[in-house]
Amino acid sequence: MLLIACPWCGERDETEYHYGGQAHVAHPADPHALSDAEWGAYLFVRDNPKGEFAERWMHAAGCRRWFNVVRHTVTHDISAVYPAGQPRPVPPSDEHSEVTA
Amino acid sequence: MPDQLPEHPDWLWRTPDPKPSYDVVVVGAGGHGLATAYYLARNHGISNVAVLERGWLAGGNMARNTTIIRSNYLCEESAAIYEHALKLWEGLPEELEYDFLFSQRGVLNLAHTLQDVREGTRRVGANRLGGVDAEWLDPDEVRAFCPIVNTSPDVRYPVLGATLQPRAGIAKHDHVAWALARKADEHGVDLIQNCEVTGFVRDGGGRVVGVETTRGRIGAGRVALAAAGHTSTLTDLLGLRLPIQSHPLQALVSELLEPVHPTVVMSNHVHVYVSQAHKGELVMGAGIDSYNGYGQRGSFHQIEHQMAAALELFPIFARAHVLRTWGGIVDVTPDASPIIGLTPVENLYLNCGWGTGGFKATPASGWVYADTIAHGRPHQLAAPFALERFATGALIDEHGAAAVAH
Amino acid sequence: MSNRPGNRLAAGGRVDRSAPLRFTFDGVEYTGLRGDTLASALLANGVLAVGPSLYRERPRGIVTAGVDDPHALVQLERPCSDPMQLATTVELSDGLAATGLQGRGRLDDAPDETRYDKTYLHTDVLVVGAGPAGLAAALAAGRSGARVVLVDDQPEPGGALLSGRERIDGRPALAWVAEARAELEAQPETRLLTRATAIGHHDQNYVLVAERRPDRPGGGGRLWHFRARQVVLATGAHERPLVFAGNDRPGVMSAAAVRSYLNRYAVLTGRRAVVFTTGDSAYATALELAAAGAEVPALVDTRPEPPAALVKAARAAGIEVLAGAAVVGTEGGARLTGVRISALTAEEQLTGPVREVACDLLAVSGGWSPAVHLWSMARGTVRYDATLAAFVPDRAAQEVRACGSGRGRHDLAGCLTEGFTAGAEAATAAGFPFAAPIAPPCEGDTPPAPPRPVWLVPGEEGDPSTWRDHFVDAQRDATVADVHRAVRAGMRSVEHIKRYTTIGTAHDQGKSCGVAAIGVIARLLGARSPGEVGTTTFRGPYVPVSFALLAGRERGPLFDPVRTTAVHPWHVRRGAVFENVGQWHRPRYYPRPGEDMDAAVLRECRAAREAVAVMDASTLGKIDVIGPDAAVFLDRLYTNGFAKLPVGSARYGVMCRADGMVFDDGVTVRLAPDHYYLTTTTGNAAAVLDWMEEWLQTEWPELRVRCTSVTEQWSTAAVVGPRSREVVAALAPGLDVSNDAFPFMTVRDAVLANGVPARICRISFSGELAYEINVSSWYGLAVWEAVLAYGAHAGITPYGTETMHVLRAEKGYPIVGQDTDGTVTPQDLGMTWVVARHKDFVGKRSFARADTSRADRRHLVGLLPVDGGELLPEGAQLVAPGADLTAVPVDSLGHVTSSYRSAALDRTFALALVRGGRDRIGETVLAPLPDGRTVAATVTEPVLFDPKGGRRDG
Repeated sequence: MLLIACPWCGERDETEYHYGGQAHVAHPADPHALSDAEWGAYLFVRDNPKGEFAERWMHAAGCRRWFNVVRHTVTHDISAVYPAGQPRPVPPSDEHSEVTA
Repeated sequence: MPDQLPEHPDWLWRTPDPKPSYDVVVVGAGGHGLATAYYLARNHGISNVAVLERGWLAGGNMARNTTIIRSNYLCEESAAIYEHALKLWEGLPEELEYDFLFSQRGVLNLAHTLQDVREGTRRVGANRLGGVDAEWLDPDEVRAFCPIVNTSPDVRYPVLGATLQPRAGIAKHDHVAWALARKADEHGVDLIQNCEVTGFVRDGGGRVVGVETTRGRIGAGRVALAAAGHTSTLTDLLGLRLPIQSHPLQALVSELLEPVHPTVVMSNHVHVYVSQAHKGELVMGAGIDSYNGYGQRGSFHQIEHQMAAALELFPIFARAHVLRTWGGIVDVTPDASPIIGLTPVENLYLNCGWGTGGFKATPASGWVYADTIAHGRPHQLAAPFALERFATGALIDEHGAAAVAH
Repeated sequence: MSNRPGNRLAAGGRVDRSAPLRFTFDGVEYTGLRGDTLASALLANGVLAVGPSLYRERPRGIVTAGVDDPHALVQLERPCSDPMQLATTVELSDGLAATGLQGRGRLDDAPDETRYDKTYLHTDVLVVGAGPAGLAAALAAGRSGARVVLVDDQPEPGGALLSGRERIDGRPALAWVAEARAELEAQPETRLLTRATAIGHHDQNYVLVAERRPDRPGGGGRLWHFRARQVVLATGAHERPLVFAGNDRPGVMSAAAVRSYLNRYAVLTGRRAVVFTTGDSAYATALELAAAGAEVPALVDTRPEPPAALVKAARAAGIEVLAGAAVVGTEGGARLTGVRISALTAEEQLTGPVREVACDLLAVSGGWSPAVHLWSMARGTVRYDATLAAFVPDRAAQEVRACGSGRGRHDLAGCLTEGFTAGAEAATAAGFPFAAPIAPPCEGDTPPAPPRPVWLVPGEEGDPSTWRDHFVDAQRDATVADVHRAVRAGMRSVEHIKRYTTIGTAHDQGKSCGVAAIGVIARLLGARSPGEVGTTTFRGPYVPVSFALLAGRERGPLFDPVRTTAVHPWHVRRGAVFENVGQWHRPRYYPRPGEDMDAAVLRECRAAREAVAVMDASTLGKIDVIGPDAAVFLDRLYTNGFAKLPVGSARYGVMCRADGMVFDDGVTVRLAPDHYYLTTTTGNAAAVLDWMEEWLQTEWPELRVRCTSVTEQWSTAAVVGPRSREVVAALAPGLDVSNDAFPFMTVRDAVLANGVPARICRISFSGELAYEINVSSWYGLAVWEAVLAYGAHAGITPYGTETMHVLRAEKGYPIVGQDTDGTVTPQDLGMTWVVARHKDFVGKRSFARADTSRADRRHLVGLLPVDGGELLPEGAQLVAPGADLTAVPVDSLGHVTSSYRSAALDRTFALALVRGGRDRIGETVLAPLPDGRTVAATVTEPVLFDPKGGRRDG
């Protein structure tokens, strides 16, 4: 059960949200200028990283706003949350806090 | 006293070091990769083959699936390849000389709404035209076939009927993998474990001529990817983007129980699918987790929903206990159908996107992929599943028949 | 099987001698005490064996005193039927009945009425385990003012202290525990949960705890979901067995368990005991057994030089210490009668003569494995500590700390110190700064000396390939010979060996034997230590959890919400037969006495086409789209134009996904220049709203539009038929209902005769003159009843979804999701008229793709069975005439999507998707049926009734 911080409502359980896949995939300005392959890439091809992933979530059970999240697809650690329409933030300089047993 | 499990063979496979090069390098020693290597040797006499596995052999989805085998998909292209698999399954224990407990005990796909009934009728009809065994059962017949299914009309989503594929069933997934691995190894295929591909070697013309790995560079006449949920991590190295997304898929087993569940039951609407394995555990799975994930784990509420669904259909399971849950990584395509064939990169072959339905296809996937690699063109059964369909629009939509919520 | 009563000591233990409990096991009646587990009560009665082993049918007995027992599996019969319970964890109750199991349980098909709850709680600090370390952690965190939850799987806190005789701060440890408990329970923000097992530790400290509630009727339970800022794991450690020949014989028990039965339950598990250990902890067992009156002829320590103080204490108690030695075999049948002991060389080979010692109990301590399950589930790593001979927590991946014996610490003072530190640090990290309290002194407590693990005690004969009585996972009857076989077959990975031998896959999931198995594997692989081999993956749940607990209350009617309209009570009273449409219960038809569905539907259809009928259409999705850019927005989403729709008019629209496939359809009304009221299909309402919001928020944020779901706010009655006008005239007396004043596809506001404001649309899904009366749902039922009253004289007939389907099908109108399946374009449906040529919209580009623009795609057509009484099954496949059905695969031309008996046409008809269908009008197709018959039908235009549409004006 992921814990996701909606930019407007705060931290909520994953079940309050709807997932929207890769972020920052703009609808092409002129679809009719694209070949079938290029159009197919817009329809169907998405990044699928094993690592940091900029993705979309919508707070379906709350404010119903879309926003973007950068989440690591292995650790599920969330490093950024930002409103739709904003560019992906540049990560700060490396700080790792490790808790050792 | 239950039957002992069949004894495994005395000898399974060598643990060779990689050679400097091979005619074919298969990346991924899951069921599909191993089947491909086996059929390359068996059907095409190509045994100068290495199967590279970054972890332990068949430790990915092949070790994690819920072992359902069936061919009752909707579209004729899908039914053809899954039915080819089922026919191969039927001969495989003898051919591989390995009893992997292949048990053809039927699969019921339950209908709970009028639309489910329409879709089930459509699929039964399509299957029969395709030569795939299929029947429609009414609720009483469902209950006769599987007495523990709750067919009461008073539940939230009553069972209105079901499709039945009598020849469908289950098998022990690990043992299938080892059976294929052993035979491939016998044919001279090198199974190289703890060997992760970290890059591709290309010549001046852009052709792939080898791979870089954690155990050194290995040359290859052809490279065939069979890496399921990890496919993108490999194709990204070539700048090749694909229409697949890797999601967690969870499953679970119960403790050992006296036999109560004689068949395989799947329900889209009351979302769960379940069988009971040879030694007595219930084996169960349900929908994928909605987010992309490579962690081989999902969120626990999926399990809780699955339990609620299971008890709606099988009240007798109330006091069964979950013994263990786990997850795999399924590579899901927009039409819930695989991608098999050539790529824009010369000498690089692709077999991925089987999503939640890979195990049942194992022998056919290997068979057609081996043929495709050997001849440098798609096998007839693989042709509809080419990457190009995402440009032409000729998708093969199997979300309903895949029976796993996406 | 020996049955020697009188194993209960006269005094001591945490059992209540004042209230004996009666129970039955394998049909025999016994008595026990409150505070017993089933296992301790059985042992008190001299019953050791539970059930024979799964495959080799070897006798097996109770081994441990907790969740890690490999054999004590029972089927509970009373108070309820419950398979595969461990006698070592079942709390004894009066009247309990159980039977021993041979590794497999039984599911009882009697309905289980027990209720299981779920609850959710945020906390600052969650502490798992109320042994000394956990109590210390909770005390520290609680004193800081943080919210603390402390969970423990036992009925009372204390952990391992419940089984021992330790002293803290000058008094018995359990007195310290009682004070700690009192202090915690007095803290307002602290909660102590007992009988609560943490079963899973997930991302971002989401921890699941299964709480048993035996006080509830039928047992029951509660599944806690915690979200904790900080977690402290004080989960303790499991004692390992040792792997030697005959190590599965009843009477071979965990040394710590023997001590637990002695001190906690006042049960002597043997009269003549040998202790076999690799480390210090079992000496306490030996001394306490002797003090309780048992003979302890020998203590076998693998270490050539055990700590002098321990040896001295043992000898003083009359116990002979055999150092640098091992038990190499056991004697006896159903019960242990003796052991064979041999000295060990430095290379762990047997040397010297074998010595036999008679005994009925062998207390074994093969070392301690920290319970790292939750730590690992939370993605913490473990490392092998060679000194401790254990896998211990290493690096955390979340806000988690481990302390105490769960971290490899075994001195009591050390556990308390680690607990205080972990609790204080956790509280501080959670925002409640606190300094760790100082741990009190613990007399007689010293850190243990290093153990000498012996992962594989050699057999007296043969080699590992023949050691079929050296059990590695006794519950699976898996032995050293099996591991050897796996290695010889070529397996090198611990995961492979586990799967080949099934070691670790049983009910106990390797809790006690797991690390011992890794030790054996390491030996046989020639690895230097278990650390080289590594562990297999730890997965939840930590203990088995019932399906019913995980399902909770989502059973029966609560499995999924039922949505009903405001008119629902009326439908029920009228005897409607309902169908599920999504989550809605919609009336399918309203049978009169003696009518089946066919008869009812024919009557309802006739009424709709010849007189007047009414349907509750409230479930259709309704969305208000408001804003200066509403028109532009709808133009971008619908295939046809809405920007120029006049105010007061309605228009049917089709929405496609970006891939050009039909997604939804419905009628949209323009109420004002910037206000559209849009309807969707019932099942798609939420999806369409989500779709619209996604485009607005992520792609077109510059558009000034707001969308609001009003599905529940409006109740809709569709009044349909040639006489509908007179009903509406009476219903809304101030409204001019003439055709000129109120044309087709327009909307009017009116106040109904009963004073209710209404929005009335002339929309027809049937092709008849029809009005949709929309009112606030508060008035939905009242207005429905008014419609019926005003229509009574005309014989107004309620109709359901089945009739609705027939009527629209006669007009060739498709239903999205029935006549389409996500792969159908508007052109496939014959609706090129709805695809605007001069504006772009979502999906338009996809129509030009190679496959999407094929001429021979499947088209929606009508079918008339040659036999007008033959009803084609919906879903039936279609083939060309002359197709040889035996020559598979047979080419499919398409399938039947909708099929009905028509009152208006007085025959059957169907809609179908047929390849190149529009080019086959007039041709015959065949539908092969499952019963072997083949039905012929003629392909027609899809509009079969009133193709010119003249009936819609009445």
